[in-house]
Amino acid sequence: MLGVVFSRPNRFKFFWNQSLLEIEHIGINSLPIVALMSTFMGAVIALQTASSMESPLLPDYTVGFITQSSTILEFSPTIISLILAGKVGSNVASEIGTMRITEQIDALEIMGVNSLNFLVLPKVVAALVFFPVLVVFSMSLSMLGGWLALLVSDLTTTEIYILGIRSFFNPFHITYALTKTLVFGFLIVSIASFYGYYVKGGSLDVGRASTQAVVSSSIAILIANFILTQIMLLS
Amino acid sequence: MIEVRQLSKSFNGQQILFDIDHQFEKGKVNLIIGQSGQGKSVLAKCMVGLYEPDGGQIYFDDRNFTNMDRHERSLIRQEIGMLFQGAALFDSMTVEQNVMFPLQMFTQMTKAEIQKRTDYCLERVNLEGSNLLMPSQCSGGMQKRVGIARAIAMRPRYLFCDEPNSGLDPKTSIVIDNLIQDITREFEITTVVITHDMNSVMEIGDQIVFIHEGKKCWSGDRHSIIDSGNEEIENFVYASSFMKEIRSKLQKK
Repeated sequence: MLGVVFSRPNRFKFFWNQSLLEIEHIGINSLPIVALMSTFMGAVIALQTASSMESPLLPDYTVGFITQSSTILEFSPTIISLILAGKVGSNVASEIGTMRITEQIDALEIMGVNSLNFLVLPKVVAALVFFPVLVVFSMSLSMLGGWLALLVSDLTTTEIYILGIRSFFNPFHITYALTKTLVFGFLIVSIASFYGYYVKGGSLDVGRASTQAVVSSSIAILIANFILTQIMLLS
Repeated sequence: MIEVRQLSKSFNGQQILFDIDHQFEKGKVNLIIGQSGQGKSVLAKCMVGLYEPDGGQIYFDDRNFTNMDRHERSLIRQEIGMLFQGAALFDSMTVEQNVMFPLQMFTQMTKAEIQKRTDYCLERVNLEGSNLLMPSQCSGGMQKRVGIARAIAMRPRYLFCDEPNSGLDPKTSIVIDNLIQDITREFEITTVVITHDMNSVMEIGDQIVFIHEGKKCWSGDRHSIIDSGNEEIENFVYASSFMKEIRSKLQKK
């Protein structure tokens, strides 16, 4: 399947237009949910860390540091990808699946269009281009959410929180997070496309394929997360 | 002309088509008829390459389609127009964009030329002024006509219609049938229509092949189908009590 997906598009103009449309559908339209999740996630991480810091030996900036490291290393790339697996994965599987059962994919094939390439490649490109943007956006909002929560609860000052955010910052962690995001984005779109493209039957089967796509891509994300962490952080 | 030779197909060990031999003639409406589940659609889908036959050959004007690679098939498919049972219009595109799609994808025509050709095709199926409608805003008959407009946009040499009248009222069915017949004559194309609608058979069937249990059971024209003498085809043609009554009246005369 992947060999056909990554073959040369019939028309680059079509491919370009479709890719821009997909960036809007699966990328820009995901901004609100990512913003909401990230802000509250950052707020909860900061509050939980602050509430557990009873030892006087721990410096005050620890709250900011833990918010920064857990957000960059795990919460933004992995949790946001799991959320996108639900939102984008089900959307892609049901869209392609509906095209399959209504013979729209057959219509493309009869015309001589490489349907896998036409339908799937723009979605893969959109995910690879825009998922990193979503994750960087998520990191920023998560840390902002943590700051707001601490400020409202009067648990620390802005200066100490920013000091924590900047402490022990390792730029490689950003590379690690974005690499994970690219792999997760590819897994989400390709797995969902696979389930949608090869669906057989009617609307119930499209629903089943959509659910299966979300479950499978979530499991794939967890496994890939473990493998990438082993390779990139511990090797 | 399209020719199938010794075509066979099975799914999961169950044989659907048994060594079908037939020629579909140019400039005529060739019907594939038979009861539901007898292999009509499978035969047509094998002919256009949506299913790979297990055995046999398919020739499009002496070009062996079965031996072609993906690229060569893609070129032949640009000469094929197909009207699907449910029209299979792209639901994210307007009527006009649906018709334009193959032209934009495969030709070097300018925007103005594409627009002109699109308008002509829509006019040809009596849908002028419907350019900006979405498929969901069209009735079943309109969707079928858009499907025909899209199928003829590339000036095909071969036209396939999978149950073009399914879900349509008798009057609209006749409109669609006549449209298919007119287009076939006008553009001198080889048209293959899959149907089990006897009205269509009698209206447009220049050449008819009857498929029963995956085998070619009978072939002829619409005049000879009435008294074919074939038991299976008589059971099909005179399936309703109304038709049986007509037959007994004819026999009495």
